Amino acid sequence: MAQLVKNPKACTVNPLKMSQPIGGALAFMGMRGTMPLLHGSQGCTSFGLVLFVRHFREAIPLQTTAMSEVATVLGGFENVEQAVLNIVKRTNPELIGICSTGVTEVKGDDLKGFVKLIRERHPELANVALVQVSTPDFTGAFQDGWGKTVMAMVEELVNAPNPAVRDPHRINVLPGCHLTPGDIDELRDIFEAFGLEATFLPDLSGSLDGHIPDDFTPTTLGGTGCEEARAMGLAGWTIAVGEQMRPAAEALEEKAGVPFRLFDRLTGLAPCDEFMLFLSEISGRPVPKKYRRQRGQLVDAMLDGHFHIGGRRIAIGAEPDLLFALTSLLAEMGAEISSAITTTNSPVLERLPCGTVTIGDLEDLEAGAADADLLVTHSHGRQAAERLHVPLFRIGLPMFDTLGAAHQVSVGYRGTRDLIFAIGNMLMHRHHEPAPDDWRDAWPKPTESPASEEELVP
Amino acid sequence: MATTPSLNQTIQDVFNEPGCGKNQAKSEKERKKGCTKQLQPGGAAGGCAFDGAKIALQPITDVAHLVHGPIACEGNSWDNRGAKSSGSLLYRTGFTTDMTENDIVFGGEKHLFKAIREIVEKYAPPAVFVYQTCVPAMIGDDIDAVCKAAAEKFGTPCIPIQSPGFVGPKNLGNKLAGEAMLRHVIGTEEPEYTTPYDINIIGEYNLAGELWQVKPLLDELGIRILSCISGDARYREVAWSHRAKAAMMVCSKAMINVARKMEERYEIPFFEGSFYGIGDMSDSLREIARLLIERGADPELMDRTEAVIAREEAQAWAAIEPYTKRLAGKKVLLITGGVKSWSVVAALQEAGMEIVGTSIKKSTKEDKEKIKQIMGEDAHMFDDLTPREMYRMLKEAEADIMLSGGRSQFVALKATMPWMDINQERHAAFAGYHGMVEMVKEIDRTLSNPMWQEVRRPAPWDDSRTVSWTERAVAENAPPVPAPDAGREAA
Repeated sequence: MAQLVKNPKACTVNPLKMSQPIGGALAFMGMRGTMPLLHGSQGCTSFGLVLFVRHFREAIPLQTTAMSEVATVLGGFENVEQAVLNIVKRTNPELIGICSTGVTEVKGDDLKGFVKLIRERHPELANVALVQVSTPDFTGAFQDGWGKTVMAMVEELVNAPNPAVRDPHRINVLPGCHLTPGDIDELRDIFEAFGLEATFLPDLSGSLDGHIPDDFTPTTLGGTGCEEARAMGLAGWTIAVGEQMRPAAEALEEKAGVPFRLFDRLTGLAPCDEFMLFLSEISGRPVPKKYRRQRGQLVDAMLDGHFHIGGRRIAIGAEPDLLFALTSLLAEMGAEISSAITTTNSPVLERLPCGTVTIGDLEDLEAGAADADLLVTHSHGRQAAERLHVPLFRIGLPMFDTLGAAHQVSVGYRGTRDLIFAIGNMLMHRHHEPAPDDWRDAWPKPTESPASEEELVP
Repeated sequence: MATTPSLNQTIQDVFNEPGCGKNQAKSEKERKKGCTKQLQPGGAAGGCAFDGAKIALQPITDVAHLVHGPIACEGNSWDNRGAKSSGSLLYRTGFTTDMTENDIVFGGEKHLFKAIREIVEKYAPPAVFVYQTCVPAMIGDDIDAVCKAAAEKFGTPCIPIQSPGFVGPKNLGNKLAGEAMLRHVIGTEEPEYTTPYDINIIGEYNLAGELWQVKPLLDELGIRILSCISGDARYREVAWSHRAKAAMMVCSKAMINVARKMEERYEIPFFEGSFYGIGDMSDSLREIARLLIERGADPELMDRTEAVIAREEAQAWAAIEPYTKRLAGKKVLLITGGVKSWSVVAALQEAGMEIVGTSIKKSTKEDKEKIKQIMGEDAHMFDDLTPREMYRMLKEAEADIMLSGGRSQFVALKATMPWMDINQERHAAFAGYHGMVEMVKEIDRTLSNPMWQEVRRPAPWDDSRTVSWTERAVAENAPPVPAPDAGREAA
């Protein structure tokens, strides 16, 4: 339904997008005992680290190969090797996840070859999993880095099983990066209620949910262990959440023969119904009572919420899968999407319930939000919201000026219900009191519509 | 136009900085190697040169700061620092060329040129600062040439900041930013008028509005901040900063090259001072007055300065007094770098607190001497600690509170120990007399919060045999193991 356009301007102003390597690093942070490692200058790591610390309000394990100018020009094998050895010595990890960056990709460092060589030269590292992934900063966006990294983990870690021992009550879950630790917890509860045992790849709810750890570890505090990932080939089904996870789900199917079902969103009544039905089918159990009750609550929330959300104009900036989930829900509630901005290409974009979607930045969002009632994007939308005098609903990453970013839930009946309440409340609190002159000279004046500068993406 | 020195020459020049005492002690060969320690892959922390350059210059409020590079450099980091502005908010707008594969293949110079044009047309800033990053530096984009062409074409100064991340750490980036100011900005405009009371403040970034905790007193004394480099500065103020009579260098050595070269070129004497702590604040005011009088200001300025100092100190002590009783004997573990270590140490002691240890990771040799003077010869100074060691220090020294930057906060918090932020990301302003009072209040507020008792309650299902990681960390009785890169010092 939506046409994809790309603003042709040369200067990105107020970026919405973040880079692939830190998306990859975050995926590695959902693995237990892990140290993500960016192969690049130390700034590549330190910016990502500060960003995640401010969002999650947690210690963040993230290391760097600390490439100098000379090392960059000569090639970075020694830096990668030394970094791996140092990390093993200092932190004793289960897994080191290595992402390339722009500067080492331009040089053409062959990370795959590097890892192979390190394996040959250091048999003593046999117990440490090494996963590498190519994530140049100059292509794609955060969500792409996440997707590629999960796929790399599937390819590197998962064992091809003996099909005879497949366990129908075990499922794999491949969550997109738009799911928070709170979303993962919510999904786990749902699976457990159906008697299904889920392995999440990756599982941020174990590492970045904000908890007091049993031990002070320099690596991740929790998450999915490599052993569990290796056994994913034994599961009966894979559930992928978000279009970004399709390649990883396909890779898992190809490698281990596990069939997958992809849910492009789990926000909204219809997708949740489908989800429940599917879980009921694969588990052979009826939908538990508590979800029947929650469905009723969601329906009631939609009835109550439509008064405040219906007809409102909402401008949204988010990565494709999050954008799809949010615009779909809000359109179903009767809102009008006045502006939709995203970071990177995706098959879901053409299905957005709005006229156009722009691969652009927050300057574009602001320009399209002049008559919006609400802005929906990450915390960087705060300047635009102030200038436009429009409230900002914060969602996505980073949320550096908000407590509990990790626990914002938007999946399942309950998550959808609470999201409707939160957005509806924000709009309700902005209710306009009628004034004596509201209707004086209120007919629109004839104006020329400005020519569109945007060009179509072929 | 004289040929611009290459980035390598500039870096070498910065390494040769004669104003740096540590540098003078080195042999010719050592100096050539530079003051940048070799970063250890897999064991490094901290930002790159680009990060440092941006920190140093972004506080200039009306400039468009354009980052030439792929999305990581700006997209992952923009609008994340607390420098405040009394005017333009343009400095908080993130501008980047967001380089893609096309730029890598065909070169990014035209793209950069177009980006500058868009900024000039849409935002009409007094100047555009162009930051060079690793990727365009590698593919050979000549930002000096692009800036020159764009400045001529658009009639707006375009300033190239040569700061690719891989040339070194944050501190080097601070200095490279200073070099760009010296080469392209300082001395290019003239103020409408000058007075014998014009000063520069160099290395103050107005984080959380700290400059405004100091400025009212300078205003009262008739001292004009001709230019602050770079907190709450306008482009033109930096451009005419060469007409100041005296300068104060605030942030330790971060911009010593700017202060020293301005002394050399424009005969502006400078001193190194701090606005943190009551004593340091008073000393700084005295020094400013002394230098101005030396340069021709009326000597009665000193009398007025002493009067203001006496009044403000009395006010500050009176405000702190109710807290000193509550804070007396409380022990502080201070984990931070550079200037803050020694100026905050003095400040905390003024409030009656005891410093049980301080880090010297970013401190210079002089800084360490100062810490010794203040804390005594047996001061606990440590260079680089792992989180577990940090926690053990916290526990063994029986510290009541840890003060540090945001990154190490979780060492204290996860062990349910009070912690307070004293680094650049913080939101509270701690400079001048009011700032010191504020810091004491903040420490008291943190320490006296009843929440600490609550969160230390064991879970009802924990029995006494459950051993927490914090108890285990203390049980590991070994002395703190120095990290492999201990003993190193930042430039």
